[in-house]
Amino acid sequence: MPLVFAGVCSHAPGIVGRADQADPSAKDRLYDAFGDMRDRLEASKPDALIVVAAEHFANFFMNNMPSFAMGMADYYEGPIENPDWLGIQKTRIPGDKSLSERLIRKVMQKSDVSYAEEWKFDHGIMVPLHFLTPSYNLPIVPANINCQGPPLAPLHRAWAFGQALREAADSVPERIALIGTGGISHWPATPDSGKINEEWDRRFLDQWSRCDKDAMLSYDDSQSYLDAGQGAFEIRTFMTISAATEGIEGTVHFYEPIPIFAVGCTIATINL
Amino acid sequence: MQKFLFELNRDEDFQSRYAADRRGALAGFDLSDEEQRALTEPDIGLLFHIGVNGQILMHFAAFHSIEWQDYLQQMRDGIDTHGPVREGVYAVTGYEGVEAHSDRLGQTSNIEDGGN
Repeated sequence: MPLVFAGVCSHAPGIVGRADQADPSAKDRLYDAFGDMRDRLEASKPDALIVVAAEHFANFFMNNMPSFAMGMADYYEGPIENPDWLGIQKTRIPGDKSLSERLIRKVMQKSDVSYAEEWKFDHGIMVPLHFLTPSYNLPIVPANINCQGPPLAPLHRAWAFGQALREAADSVPERIALIGTGGISHWPATPDSGKINEEWDRRFLDQWSRCDKDAMLSYDDSQSYLDAGQGAFEIRTFMTISAATEGIEGTVHFYEPIPIFAVGCTIATINL
Repeated sequence: MQKFLFELNRDEDFQSRYAADRRGALAGFDLSDEEQRALTEPDIGLLFHIGVNGQILMHFAAFHSIEWQDYLQQMRDGIDTHGPVREGVYAVTGYEGVEAHSDRLGQTSNIEDGGN
């Protein structure tokens, strides 16, 4: 059936792990926005949540790097990081192997997606779940786009992946929710961690909220790297959600640069 | 070298072996003397300079319980000591710093209050 929920959010590890180092009011505003997103997600009564993430060499490495991958297991584990560092304890997250397989078979009709029966979540998925499904009671279907190790799939292939996800969700009887998680401009895990190009972010989010396909597909990784850092390669996750909901506008509920979190923190949903 | 860190970051048994015998845990990986030294000390700044992907280096630093600001400073020190990042997309582009940036945004900085 048609998607019941779609949105995007940030996943930076500092959002939880360095919460006590942030401006309290800024942190509270972000946490409130995550809470509102959780309320919207729960109100949609999903049977499962697809998380389109940009994981960070936790499962996929240069010895065998898929451009696009989806999980196909009945459970997953995470986080792989030191739990005290991330502020999220290790846990088992439910999956749904049958649902994953049906989705993957459908996605494969339009996109060359890999699958994985083992998947250890890193902060890219664990931070969103910490806020959105804190009881870990909603089956998750993880999806990964390589935003780490160039060469990266071109943006139009990320768009095609999103379209394929939409067709897959439409094809199953379950109520599917879909989120993309990533950064916009940011320079994570470098000495410049905390650097944020707010103007670049707001322009991209304006394009994202209007589902301006041509504008989003016109980004060039080389220029994005200069303007918005290597973290900006993760716009693929946001664009995938646009592609899955093509023609429908979105609402940016929250955007605020929070340097200690190393990203312009974003909460947005599609107006389904 | 990055393969070693990839394996270490995701395998708790491997982490135990590394904790017990850092040099012994390197067996089976094709590593230069410089790389072995960087991985066993560990020398976060040298690893960053060599070009280790920032994400797996961040996880490695967290594994060693290196406090966030120290981890960032060790990367800066590595660049000052050894020179620019040799390869990869994780590099240094120049930044005013979190505290100055936060002040400019009207946010208070609690970095000195501790935390991770």
